[in-house]
Amino acid sequence: MSQLQQSASSQATGNLNMSISAEKNGTWQAVCPLEDIWPNTGVCALLGGRQIAIFRMKDDLLYALDNHDPHSGANVLARGIVGDLGGEPVVASPIYKHHYRLCTGACVEDADTRLNTYPVELREGMVWVQVPA
Amino acid sequence: MQQQKLIVVGNGMVGHYFVQELVKRHPDLAAAGIQVTVLGEEPRPAYDRVHLSSFFSGSTAEDLSLVEPGFYDRPGLELRLNARASQIDRNRQTVTLTDDSTLHYDKLVLATGSVPFVPPVPGRDRENCFVYRTIEDLEAMTAAGATAKSGVVVGGGLLGLECAKALRDMGLKTHVVEFAPRLMAVQVDESGGRVLRTKIEELGVNVHTSRNTTAITDGATARHRMVFFDETWLETDMIVFSAGIRPRDELARQSGLAIGARGGITIDDRCRTSDHNIYAIGECANWNGQMYGLVAPGYDMARIACAHLSGESATTFQGADMSTKLKLMGVDVASVGDAHGETHGSRSYQYLDEVRNIYKKIVVSEDGKKLLGAVLIGNADEYGTLQQMTVNGMPLPENPEFLILPASDGKEKPGLGVDALPESAVLCSCNNVTKGAIGEAVAAGACTIGEIKACTKAGTTCGGCVPLVTQVMKAEMRKHGMAVNNHLCEHFPYSRQELYHIVRVEQIRTFDELLEKHGKGLGCDICKPTAASILASCWNDFILKKDLASLQDSNDYFLGNIQKDGSYSVVPRMPGGEVTPDGLIAIGHIAKKYGLYTKVTGGARVDMFGARVEQLPDIWEELIAAGFESGHAYGKSLRTVKSCVGSTWCRYGVDDSVGLAVQLENRYKGLRAPHKIKFGVSGCTRECAEAQGKDVGIIATEQGWNLYVCGNGGMKPRHAELLASDLSKEDLIKMIDRFLMFYIRTADRLQRTSTWRDNLEGGLDYLKDVVINDSLGLGAELEAQMQHVVDNYQDEWKSAVDDPEVRKRFRSFVNSTVADANIVFVKEREQMRPATPEEKRQAKVIPVLALVE
Ligand code: SRM
Ligand SMILES: Cc1cc2nc3c(=O)[nH]c(=O)nc-3n(C[C@H](O)[C@H](O)[C@H](O)COP(=O)(O)OP(=O)(O)OC[C@H]3O[C@@H](n4cnc5c(N)ncnc54)[C@H](O)[C@@H]3O)c2cc1C
Ligand code: SF4
Ligand code: FES
Repeated sequence: MSQLQQSASSQATGNLNMSISAEKNGTWQAVCPLEDIWPNTGVCALLGGRQIAIFRMKDDLLYALDNHDPHSGANVLARGIVGDLGGEPVVASPIYKHHYRLCTGACVEDADTRLNTYPVELREGMVWVQVPA
Repeated sequence: MQQQKLIVVGNGMVGHYFVQELVKRHPDLAAAGIQVTVLGEEPRPAYDRVHLSSFFSGSTAEDLSLVEPGFYDRPGLELRLNARASQIDRNRQTVTLTDDSTLHYDKLVLATGSVPFVPPVPGRDRENCFVYRTIEDLEAMTAAGATAKSGVVVGGGLLGLECAKALRDMGLKTHVVEFAPRLMAVQVDESGGRVLRTKIEELGVNVHTSRNTTAITDGATARHRMVFFDETWLETDMIVFSAGIRPRDELARQSGLAIGARGGITIDDRCRTSDHNIYAIGECANWNGQMYGLVAPGYDMARIACAHLSGESATTFQGADMSTKLKLMGVDVASVGDAHGETHGSRSYQYLDEVRNIYKKIVVSEDGKKLLGAVLIGNADEYGTLQQMTVNGMPLPENPEFLILPASDGKEKPGLGVDALPESAVLCSCNNVTKGAIGEAVAAGACTIGEIKACTKAGTTCGGCVPLVTQVMKAEMRKHGMAVNNHLCEHFPYSRQELYHIVRVEQIRTFDELLEKHGKGLGCDICKPTAASILASCWNDFILKKDLASLQDSNDYFLGNIQKDGSYSVVPRMPGGEVTPDGLIAIGHIAKKYGLYTKVTGGARVDMFGARVEQLPDIWEELIAAGFESGHAYGKSLRTVKSCVGSTWCRYGVDDSVGLAVQLENRYKGLRAPHKIKFGVSGCTRECAEAQGKDVGIIATEQGWNLYVCGNGGMKPRHAELLASDLSKEDLIKMIDRFLMFYIRTADRLQRTSTWRDNLEGGLDYLKDVVINDSLGLGAELEAQMQHVVDNYQDEWKSAVDDPEVRKRFRSFVNSTVADANIVFVKEREQMRPATPEEKRQAKVIPVLALVE
């Protein structure tokens, strides 16, 4: 199992405290064991009042972005089908099927819409996400 | 401005086509100074006589109508129905109607068609003797057929055989009585006639040739007795005369216009009669001693007359190709050009297979270079090729016999190669559509046969040209570099049909395996649900198994319908719409307990809306305990089998429609398909279950069940078509098994049975061949595949609640048990509904319905 995935800004640490404060990027929080996310699906985490969708892709690559689908107004992106368009990983909203890029949060069909993405890491079998302060 | 007064007598197929052409030229008739009056003797505007027989399989007068709503309402155009012209005064230029009103004309167009010929046999006007020409004729036949046990068609030509089929479909013991020594004497030669006869008799129709009827009298065992010249006789309850047609030239005769030797209004190459202010078009016209009983030459005449009236005289009538291809009671019959080899010096090649009853003949010119004609019985696959070769005078291949010999292994049959066809080749003669026009349509973006039909009209009349038109369309698409690409998506270079085949042949059971062997990338929201559906129709594994769950579309993913706010609906299955009072109470309790909005659906069951994802397993558990399973209101799968109350209660019911609906819903529930599938079962022809609007519709008859297929409500409603009649329950199920599995195998993604059917080459006849006659030899396999799906059905909601790992997935948050605060309701009409964004913003929301524990 590969240990560290996605997110250019993420830093690997061995600290297993449930909450680690970072200097400027917010707080790392442990979310769930990796097994709780079935391969090629997403789950939604509630972190500091925010709904964050976390996706587990091929080779356990992890991505995190807002769960809120601005096109439908529903909090549902974690339930979308994941895959790729032209090689770029995306999730399709289950309501009106807009695609969002997992790396950037940009909407494929609507250039004006972009979701927040969050650093996410796998540390010894646990999924961690960094939530803005 | 000078007003031109134009009168068109006859609002049949050709008369109406003429008016359409005129409107095409002058969209604003009034502005162009043209005042058109159309006189139609029938009670309704023009309808499709060519497909008249489909009236018996459920088409209505509206379905058959050729007139777009509002067409005759435009300024400058007037249509008078029930209005028969009784006299023409050519000096005064007036037409008198039967109500004695008189209309002036500058130009007159006669499009009066023809009448069926009824031989002058004593007794021919007895009750229950009919002809076969108008909707009223068919209504009268239907009424008589309901009480009759047997029927005779007099005349074994094209129409006679079509009529025999209609009688047979009504469940009558059917006979065809023909004066000539063989059937279809005009189109078919002697050997062909023999093969045709065998085929028709195999279908349970009795054929009597060389029989001249001399009298019709009272019968002893049936209403009538038909006595023949040799004093043999036949008894029957009803008789339909279909012994040819006679042009309706009486108006022309009375006003002194020139009439042909065998009748018909004589016309020149511009469709003018002997009086140049009067044109005649369609079946009433006689050109060069010829009359045409087909619609295509009539349309041709209409175009030419219209052009000439508008001052163009370049186009002239040059006769017509009388090639015909038909399917009569499932038997292919085709004749091309000089089928009888009457051209001087012509020679023929023949192929006869008395085992499979196939007869094929081609007639070639004396020098062996050109094809002159052909006859095909039992199998007419080569029709398109042979007809185009004849009409376009294309050179024959070296060994012309191979054109009709069955292809032997490995050897390619010499085809026409559509590229060899000239641009001017008329592919669809009914609508005069050339190869060039198909090319233009493709260049303009049409790339399915449905689109080609919509924009060129090719294939929309008799349908005989569809295979050839499809071939040309594909060739044109390739030419435009539009690579006939039916690839599912960027991850799989295959169509859905091809993927289905791969999955089945290679026994593939997971998406990963399919992707690894035949695709690329990670997949997407197109190919994943498609693969999930294919895997389910092949193996029917639990759709939320770990390696299948991630493929499922929104609703399948949580086994309920997702709503706009991210909540779900739950629709307990109620097979056939039947539910006990206790069942209703249980549903009421559950809805109340979980605070759900309830509504009776258009599919005849109760829907409960507003369940949050974490509530779903609990709701299902309670439903299961009350004897329900949740139902598929989602998924490309069987939805409901709607039924009427049927014979158990209804005073008109002839069979137990609810019982059958329950049985069918339980058989096919959970079946995954390219799109959703709906059924309806009605207990009698009053059709309270609206079965003819469903993918599969069943209507009880006195003799069994009629099976209708490919109906649709929704965005583009389509009447279902009769596939088979009077089936026993076992046969019915067999036919449905085959039909559905064939659809599942071959349809495109998200193609309902109706669009699939509209794009099926060969149409309904082909479907009947495959499903009923088992022409592909697939019947047993399709049935076995369906049985596999049926045997592997599981209550997927129960499987989900029983498996702790699966059940764990049903929560709003992976790290918390709270509910999604974004799902909020307000009260309306005594129930809850999702709050609007505005209401949410104003934070008016008070959680309206709390848990009533
Ligand atoms: C609930 C219901 C409306 C109602 O309150 O009565 C309904 C609701 C939906 N219909 Fe429907 N249809 C419902 C009966 C119908 C009917 C009537 C019928 O079945 O007799 C039709 C027309 C008949 C037909 O399908 O031929 C109908 C034609 C459609 C169509 C158009 C299909 C088409 O071929 O044109 C869609 C869209 C689609 O499937 O692509 C659709 C899609 C939908 C969806 C699934 C849209 C969606 O994805 O959210 C709706 C959600 C259902 C839910 O949340 O539970 N629904 N829908 C009815 C459920 C019946 C049931 O018990 O299963
Ligand atoms: C069952 C059936 C199946 C057929 N199948 C095929 C087929 O597969 N392929 C094919 O090419 N052709 C087929 N035909 C033939 C085709 O329908 C005719 O060629 C076509 O309808 C001819 O059109 P028309 O306008 O000349 O005549 P019609 O359609 O008969 O129209 C003539 C109209 O004029 C009206 N009329 C007559 N006299 C008067 C008057 N004095 N005043 C007012 N109105 C008047 C009549 O009531 C009628 O409505 C079929 C015909 C039938 C009956
Ligand atoms: S379809 Fe016939 S049997 Fe069924 S309810 Fe209507 S009238 Fe009665
Ligand atoms: S030839 Fe009749 S529809 Fe094309």
